[in-house]
Amino acid sequence: MRDTKQKYSVWTLLQGAASRHRQWTPAWRDAQPKPAYDVIIVGGGGHGLATAYYLAKNHGLTNVAVLERGWIGGGNTGRNTTIVRSNYLYPESARLYDFSLKLYENLSQALNFNIMLSQRGLIVLAHSRHDLESMSRWANAMRMNGVDADLLTREQVRHLAPALDMSSNARYPILGGLTQARAGTARHDAVAWGYARGASALGVDIVQNCEVRGFIEEAGAIVGVDTSLGRVRAGKVGIAAAGHSSVLAKLAGFKLPVTSYALQAMVSEPVKPMLNAVVLSAAIGSYISQSDKGEMVIGGGLDLFPSYAQRGSFSVMQDTLAGTLALFPSFSRLPLLRQWAGIVDVVRDSSPIIGRTPLKNLYINCGWGTGGFKAIPVGGWTFAHLLATGKDHELAEPFQLDRFNTGRLIDEAAGAGIAH
Amino acid sequence: MMQLKCPWCGVRDEPEFVCGGTTQIARPDVACSDQEWGEYLFFRENPKGVHRERWRHAYGCGQWFNIVRSTLTHEIIAVYGMQERPP
Repeated sequence: MRDTKQKYSVWTLLQGAASRHRQWTPAWRDAQPKPAYDVIIVGGGGHGLATAYYLAKNHGLTNVAVLERGWIGGGNTGRNTTIVRSNYLYPESARLYDFSLKLYENLSQALNFNIMLSQRGLIVLAHSRHDLESMSRWANAMRMNGVDADLLTREQVRHLAPALDMSSNARYPILGGLTQARAGTARHDAVAWGYARGASALGVDIVQNCEVRGFIEEAGAIVGVDTSLGRVRAGKVGIAAAGHSSVLAKLAGFKLPVTSYALQAMVSEPVKPMLNAVVLSAAIGSYISQSDKGEMVIGGGLDLFPSYAQRGSFSVMQDTLAGTLALFPSFSRLPLLRQWAGIVDVVRDSSPIIGRTPLKNLYINCGWGTGGFKAIPVGGWTFAHLLATGKDHELAEPFQLDRFNTGRLIDEAAGAGIAH
Repeated sequence: MMQLKCPWCGVRDEPEFVCGGTTQIARPDVACSDQEWGEYLFFRENPKGVHRERWRHAYGCGQWFNIVRSTLTHEIIAVYGMQERPP
């Protein structure tokens, strides 16, 4: 087996230049499943890989496997709009998402893998006086929770995003905005690969093309999984499967308060730098940023009917683009390069579930809905804590499955900043 | 884009309709437990495949109706009335 524990640095890059770059080895080890593990994570997206990494890093558990049906980071981790932010309304959510953003801020160093975090700032546009009022409430709530937030005047918005249509007869007049300066974007594939590389180096098995087809239950407890590569036993099993959580829950024999929807995004052809912020408009239901390659990345609203099809409706794409062009008229000549959709696990209060299931030794991390990417570090951190210690991480305590029976919901449907 | 067949207006494009989610869920008695009430309000099958759901022709006749649809292929398998049993 080739060494996959190479450290990346300027020095190794210079060595590479001298050796015609022949010294590079695979970033992580593509494994086959062993007969048994201490912990199995079902789902090799960002959350699953981060969970495996923190299990090994924070808790010393290395007899761990991540089982992925396709290829790692090929689901929603590779289909999002790469935005990271923590502008939530309620204290529970603010704590959770800001912890995530803080982990993102040091993730490149922690993983020795450049995740290309760019804290270029997020601007939420206010199109009416009512928007301005709700934004001051939102900004105050964020500041009370210790998260950076600033209200922007119309002139400040114009200065930060000059391509916006600020004319007096604009279809969506811009009266001001809310900004979180620490928000921005990160390279989604790098986040998946960085965690995979980190986990693999600590001994975690990452198994691709391994579909979980059932759970093995003995004496009322889950003791392993049935997969397309055979039976694998485990002390504990954690599900981190986003839009497919209900499918796995059904295999195990319980229901979730989750509905799967398609959420679409699209990119234009690459152009020179012209938008140095993430711009979000809840009225239009779209959010726009420019990738490091120069593409305009445009995210839309949900296709509001249950779907596992990983493709979005044309009508939603049309609405998203029409709104985007009303904000940025100069984009009208940009050809679209690609459009796609991911299947997101939406719960009614738009808050996640990180906790136990009705079955012993089976745990779940789901319900991130349209905003799972930003939460990858904290999802992994708290889920690993639960799997390793059997106790809820204090950040995850409010986000339990039983809140749908007790009524203790954390309704971030508005706080998420977009009308999903 | 899907085309749905409204029982009153015929085949129309998807943007004219609003999906109301899983249909014909029986409401438990008000004296039920929190567990049952939570199940009723929030917990769903969310199947990958055949799903029975209700839609409203919001930008047409405004009427509700039921369909059987695949959530994987978006194929509409059957259309039936609100009071009818699924075919």
